[in-house]
Amino acid sequence: MPALQGTHMMSIQSCVSDDGQLLVISIQGRFDFSAHQEFRSAYESLQTAPSGYRIDMRETTYLDSSALGMLLLLRDHAAGHGASVAIVNCNQDVKKILAISNFEQLFKIS
Amino acid sequence: MSDNGIITILIADDTDSDRMILESIVRKSGHKVVTVRDGLEAVEAFAELRPDLVLMDALMPRLDGLEAARRIKALAGNELVPIIFLTSLSDTESLVQCLEAGGDDFISKPYNRVILQAKIKSFIRMREMQRVVQEQRDQIARHNQQLIQEQTIAKQVFDNIAHLGAMDAPNVRYFLSPLAVFNGDVIVAAVRPSGSLMVLLGDFTGHGLPAAIGAMPLASIFYGMVHKGFSLEDILREINQKLKQILPIGVFCCATIVDMNFAKGRVQVWNGGLPDAYIFRAVSGKVDSVRSTHLPLGVLDDMNFKADCQQIEMVAGDRLYLWSDGIIESRNEVGDMFGEERLMSVFRRSVREGRQAHVFDAILRSVENYAGGERSDDLSLIELTMLAPGAALDCPREFQASTNSRQRYGGLLEWSMKLELEPSTLRLFDPLPLLLNILVEVPGLKSHSGSLYTILAELYSNALEHGLLDLPSSWKTTPEGFERYYRERSQRLEALQTGYIHFELVHRLVEQGGRLTIRVKDSGNGFEHQRNIQAADAVRDEGKPDLYSGRGIPLLQTLCHSLRFLAEGNQVEAVVQWGEDD
Repeated sequence: MPALQGTHMMSIQSCVSDDGQLLVISIQGRFDFSAHQEFRSAYESLQTAPSGYRIDMRETTYLDSSALGMLLLLRDHAAGHGASVAIVNCNQDVKKILAISNFEQLFKIS
Repeated sequence: MSDNGIITILIADDTDSDRMILESIVRKSGHKVVTVRDGLEAVEAFAELRPDLVLMDALMPRLDGLEAARRIKALAGNELVPIIFLTSLSDTESLVQCLEAGGDDFISKPYNRVILQAKIKSFIRMREMQRVVQEQRDQIARHNQQLIQEQTIAKQVFDNIAHLGAMDAPNVRYFLSPLAVFNGDVIVAAVRPSGSLMVLLGDFTGHGLPAAIGAMPLASIFYGMVHKGFSLEDILREINQKLKQILPIGVFCCATIVDMNFAKGRVQVWNGGLPDAYIFRAVSGKVDSVRSTHLPLGVLDDMNFKADCQQIEMVAGDRLYLWSDGIIESRNEVGDMFGEERLMSVFRRSVREGRQAHVFDAILRSVENYAGGERSDDLSLIELTMLAPGAALDCPREFQASTNSRQRYGGLLEWSMKLELEPSTLRLFDPLPLLLNILVEVPGLKSHSGSLYTILAELYSNALEHGLLDLPSSWKTTPEGFERYYRERSQRLEALQTGYIHFELVHRLVEQGGRLTIRVKDSGNGFEHQRNIQAADAVRDEGKPDLYSGRGIPLLQTLCHSLRFLAEGNQVEAVVQWGEDD
C-alpha cells in the first residue's frame, strides 16, 4: 500500500495579489492548532487590509475543530474591514467537516 | 541439387543423334543425365527421378513436348523445375506456344554448346534463388505461426485474469477486438463487495507485446483490489504506482475508471487521458460529457498523482459510454477523422428516431461505414446502464460479497490495540499520524481517513487539553483568548510531569464494512460533559456556527455512530461504523 501522504507535514504559504486586494493563504497537510500562529500572522502582518481573503485547501489533507476556530477568527478579522472569506479547492473530507459545522452559512466554499 | 553445383538433367528427344549430341554436351559440364525418347517417358521419368532441369524436344511421338511440359509442371508444384524446349521450329507462334505450355526458355537446333551451357548455368542460379526465397518464405510463415501461437497463449493468460470479472453483467455491453490486448486496449469490470460495479477502460501507448505487457498487472491489481472492497482512489493509486514502476518512460496507460453505485444512483468517474466519456440521459435525451482532468496512469509518482473523481448522479436507464480514441480517430478513405461531432450526431439521431436503446450498435455501425466498411482493430467501446437501486449483479462465487473475501486479504481485519502515552512522550510526540497509519491498513478504511483523523484529533485534544492540561474552552471566545489558550497549552505541556492518555482501538468486521471502537481515557479529573453536550446541542440546534469553540463534540457526534462519555468524563467511547461504499 502507498504510504499515507501529508500526515507529518504542515505548512502555510500566503501571497497577496498584485493589486493588493486579495490575500491567498494555502495550507498544506494537516490544518490544526499547531498552525495557529503562522495562520494568524499570515493575515495580521499585512500593512494594508485586502478586500478579500481566499483560503486554498488544495493540499490540505485533514482538519480538526481548532482549525475551524481559526477560520472563524479570520472571518471576524475580515468582517472588521468589510472583507469576505472564500475557502476553495476543498477535497471531499474537508468539505464534509466544514458542512457538519454549517460553515457554508459563513464562508463561500468550493 | 548437390552442393557442388551438379544437377540431374532430363533429356527428352525422339531423334537419337540429337539426343546423343545433347547428352555429351551436358555430361561434359559435369551434370548427371537421364535420357528418354518421348513425352510419356519424360513424364514418367520426371515423376520417378525428380530431375532438376528438363531439356525437351517440342515435337515427339505419343505425347508431344508441350503436353509433357504441362504435366511435369503440375507434378513439380511449387518447386521450380526449368524446362528448356529444343526446337527446330522458328515461327513466332510455335515459340510462344512452348512458353505458354510452361516452358521457361527454348534453344534452337543445331545446338550452340556455349549458349546451351550458359543457359543451364543461368537456370541453376534461378533455381537456387527460388529455393532460397521459398526457404525464407517458409521461415517467415513458421515465425508468424509461432507469434500467433504465443499471442494466443498470452491472450489466454490475460483472459484468465480478465474473466474473473463482471464483463457479462446484464447492464454492460462492450466491443473489444479479439486481439485488443496487443493494440494496448484493455477492459476490466468487477463487482465490489458492496454491490457497486467498477469498470476500467485502458489504452496503453504503442502496439504489440510492449503495449500488452502492462495490461497483466493492471488487471490483476484491479480484480484483486475491487473484490476486496478497496476504494476507487486506492485502486487507482496502486495501479498508477505499479505502472510507473514497471513501464519504461514513454509507455503509459490512458484510462477511464468508473464506480457505478446503483443504491445511490451515482457514478464516480476518473478520466486520465481518454476521450470524454458521455452520459446519455434516458429521459431528456441530453448528453453530458466527462472530460479528462488527469494525466494517464503510469506517468506521475504517487506524491503527485491525483485520484480525485467526478461524482455524477445517474437515474436508472441513463447510460454511460466509454471509448478509446480508436472511435473518434477512425479515418475514411481520404484520411479525415470520424470526430466528436459525428459521434454526437449518432446520439441525436437516436433520440429523433426513438432508438436510444440502440446507440451502442449505431455507434459501431456508423464508425464502420465511415471507415469504408472495415472494422478497425483499434475500436474499444463500453456501454454501462444505470440500474435501479437494489439491483444485484452476479459476481463469481469465489468473490461473493461477504466478510470471507476480505478475510483472505492480509490486512488488519479484526484486531485490537492499547496504547498508553506518558508525559515524556506527550510532551514531544504527536500520536495521531501513528494511529492513522495503523487504521488505514484496514482494507476499505483508507477512504475514511479524513473523518478518522478528525475523530482521533478531537478525542486526543479533549483528553490532553481538558483532561491533562486543564485548559478551559471558555477562553476561546476572543482572538486574544484563543491565542492565550494555545500559549498556555504549550507551556503546560512542557511542564507536564504526571498523567497518561490511554487509547484502546478495537476493530470488528460487519457485513460490508466494519466497526471501529475508539476508547480514550485520561488521568484528568474529567469534565462536565453533560453541560458540554448541551452546549454542543445548542451550537447545532440554534444554528450558531460562529463561536470559536464548542465545535469538537458536535463534529464527533456527527462523524461517529455513537459517542459516550463515561465515569467522570475522563473516559470516552466513540464507535465508527463504516461501509465499504461511503
